[in-house]
Amino acid sequence: MQHFILGKKNQITLISAILITIGFFAHFSLSNAFIFNWALIIASILGVTPIAIQAYQALKVKVVSIDVLVTIAVIGAVIIQNYEESAIVTFLFLFGAYLEQRTLNKTRSAIKGLTEMAPDSALKQMENGEFESVDVDDVDEGDILLVKTGGKIPVDGTVMTGEGHINEASITGESVPVGKIKGSKVFAGTILENGTIQIQADRVGEDTTFGRIIELVEEAQDSKSAAERFIDRFSKYYTPAVLVLGIIVWLFTSDIELAITVLVLGCPGALVIGVPVSNVSGIGNGARNGVLLKGSEVINDFSKVDTIFFDKTGTLTVGNPEVAEIEVYAKEQEETFNYLASVERESDHPLAMAILNYIGETTFYTVEKTEVEKGGGITARVNGHRVVIGNESLMEKENIHLTNKVKADIIKFEQNGNSLVLTAIDGELKVLMGIRDQVRPGVKHDLQQLKKLGVKNLVVLSGDNQGTVDVVARELKLTEAHGNMLPEQKSSYIEKVQKVGKVVAFVGDGVNDSPSLALADIGIAMGSGTDVAIETSDVVLMNSDFSHLPHALGLTKSTARNMKQNIVIAVGVVLVLLASLLFSEWMNMSIGMLVHEASILAVILNGMRLLRYRLKGSRNKEM
Amino acid sequence: MQKATIQLETLSCPSCLQKIENAVKGLEGVEKDSVKVMFNSSKVKTTFDSQVISIEDVEKSIKKLGYPVIKSKVSAV
Repeated sequence: MQHFILGKKNQITLISAILITIGFFAHFSLSNAFIFNWALIIASILGVTPIAIQAYQALKVKVVSIDVLVTIAVIGAVIIQNYEESAIVTFLFLFGAYLEQRTLNKTRSAIKGLTEMAPDSALKQMENGEFESVDVDDVDEGDILLVKTGGKIPVDGTVMTGEGHINEASITGESVPVGKIKGSKVFAGTILENGTIQIQADRVGEDTTFGRIIELVEEAQDSKSAAERFIDRFSKYYTPAVLVLGIIVWLFTSDIELAITVLVLGCPGALVIGVPVSNVSGIGNGARNGVLLKGSEVINDFSKVDTIFFDKTGTLTVGNPEVAEIEVYAKEQEETFNYLASVERESDHPLAMAILNYIGETTFYTVEKTEVEKGGGITARVNGHRVVIGNESLMEKENIHLTNKVKADIIKFEQNGNSLVLTAIDGELKVLMGIRDQVRPGVKHDLQQLKKLGVKNLVVLSGDNQGTVDVVARELKLTEAHGNMLPEQKSSYIEKVQKVGKVVAFVGDGVNDSPSLALADIGIAMGSGTDVAIETSDVVLMNSDFSHLPHALGLTKSTARNMKQNIVIAVGVVLVLLASLLFSEWMNMSIGMLVHEASILAVILNGMRLLRYRLKGSRNKEM
Repeated sequence: MQKATIQLETLSCPSCLQKIENAVKGLEGVEKDSVKVMFNSSKVKTTFDSQVISIEDVEKSIKKLGYPVIKSKVSAV
C-alpha cells in the first residue's frame, strides 16, 4: 500500500491540482462554499498522504525530515479549518519535488552519458565453442569474447584473433581510430569501428580502466567539502530546531496558524541541495571535456591556485626529444657510435631513444657491467673498453678531461636549449650530442589563458640543464625556470613555496613526479587514461591534453563561485521569509511554500549553468 | 565480509540519504562505517557479513523505505 501511494505521487499531484482548480472555480464563479471546502479537503488529504508516509518512514529511522514539518503543518491547517492553505501547500510541495527530480536528472546527464558508453551485454564463448550473448556482469577474467563491427568493447582485454580499428575517445579523448592486431590491448567502453576481433578478458567490471574512471567521477560527485559537511550537520539539527521553534510559538501565542506557518517557512530546502547541485554539474562538465576533478574539495582548492609548477619533458614539451646538434671529436666515428648505441639500447631513458633514432642501423656489441648513475648517465664495459655516457658532471666525476674547445661547445649547445649527452671511451671524450625537445603546440596560448584566469606564477621545474629550461621558459614566457632538479629537490622547492602562503598546483606526468604531485595542494596528472597517475593525483587531464588545463581552472573557479551563490540564495530566502513573517501582514503558508520551491528550482537552474560552461578563447573542442 | 554495491532508482531528495543510511546502518551484520549512500549516482555501498545477513535482506530494508532497488552487485573483499 505504501509503495503504491508513493509510486503514484505524480498522479496524486495532478489530481490535487485539478481539485484545487475546481474548488476555486466553485468559490469565485458559483460562490459555492460546499464544493469549495470539500474539493480542498480531499486535495489536502490526498496530497498529504505520500508526504506523511515519507515522514513516518523518516521518523522510524530517527530522522526529522522536511516531510515531518510539512505533514504537521498541513494537519494543523486542516484542524483550524484553513483548507485553502493546506491544499495549496501540499500541492506546491509535491509539485516542487517533481520539478526538482526532473531538473536534477538534467544535472546528472553528463555522467549518465558516460556510463552508458559501457555495454550491458557481451558475446561470450561458451563451453561448446559457440558465442552467446550474456550480461556483462557474468563475464569473468579469462573469458573469450567476440566483438563485431560497431560493437562496444565490454572489458579490458587482449586481442586473441582478428584485427580492426577502435575509437578510444571514451578513454583517451582522442577520436582518431587506433589499429589493433593480435596481442594489442583493448579497453572497455571503446568502440570497434571496423573488423571483428576475439578478445580475452583481463579486467572486468569496475576494475577496467573505464570502470575506474566512472567510479572516480561518481565518488567525486558525492564527495563533500568541509563547507558541505558543515551544512549537513547543520541541517541535521536545523529541521528539529524549526519544529521546536514552531511548538514554542504555539505555546506562547496559542496561535496555531502562526506556529504552522513557522514550520513551513523554516524548511531548509534549497540549502541542502544547493551545493551538491553545483558540484555535480561542475564535475560533470569536466568529465565531458577531458578533465577529471576528484571532488568538491579539489574544486575549492584548485579555484584558489596562484602558482603552477610544470614538469618540462612530456608536459610543456612533446616528450619526444631528437638529436639536434652533434660535435664529433674522435676519428673513429662509426666505432664510437656502435659502442654508444650498444649501451643506449639497454636503456629506456627518453634521451637514449633519441640517440638510437639518430644513429639508426648499426652493429651492436655485448654490453657488460652496466651501471646507471642517477641524474648523471650510464657507465658500462663493452669489448673490454670502459664507456661513459652522460652529462658534464658525470664526466668530471670520471676524471675525463674536457678541452677548451669542448667546453665552448657545451656552452653553445646549452644556450641553444639542448640537453647534453657526452660519450667517453677509455677516459677520452669522443662525442658531444645536443638533444632537444619540441614545445607542445598551443601551450603558449594555454599558459596565457592561465595568467588571465589569475595565476600569478608559472614555474618550470626540470631535471634538465638550466640552459634548456631557460630556452623553454623564454619561449613560453614563464615567470621562473629551475633546472638541474632531482625529483626530491622539486618537492622540497614546492614545500618552500607553500610555506610562504602560496596555493600550489603541480602538473606532471605522474610517474617520476609522484612526490610533487602528492605534496602540491593540487596535483594534476597528464594521463593517457591508462596511467596509475589517475589514482595519485587530484585532477587528471585525459589524453595528456594540455589545452584542458585552462578549461579545468576556469571551470573550478566558476563552480566555486556557483556554490557560494547557491548558499547565499538558500540562506537569504529563509531569512527573508522569517523576517517578513515578523514584520509583514501578507506572509502565509502558501506564499512561503511557493517561495521555497522557487528557491530550490533557482539553485538547481543556477547549478545547471555549469554544464554549459566553456572557457572563452579556449583551444579545447568539446568531445 | 562481502562488499555490496546497490543501484537504486534515481534519488531526488538529500534527506532520503539520511533515511537510507540510518536504515542500513541499523541492520545486524552490516559494517556501520562502511555504509555510503551516493546521492548523484543513486548507489548504496556497504560491506556486510554474509553469515549474518543476506544481500536480499539489505535490499528489503531499503525497499521498505520506498526506494526501489534496480540491481545489486556483491563481491568478496
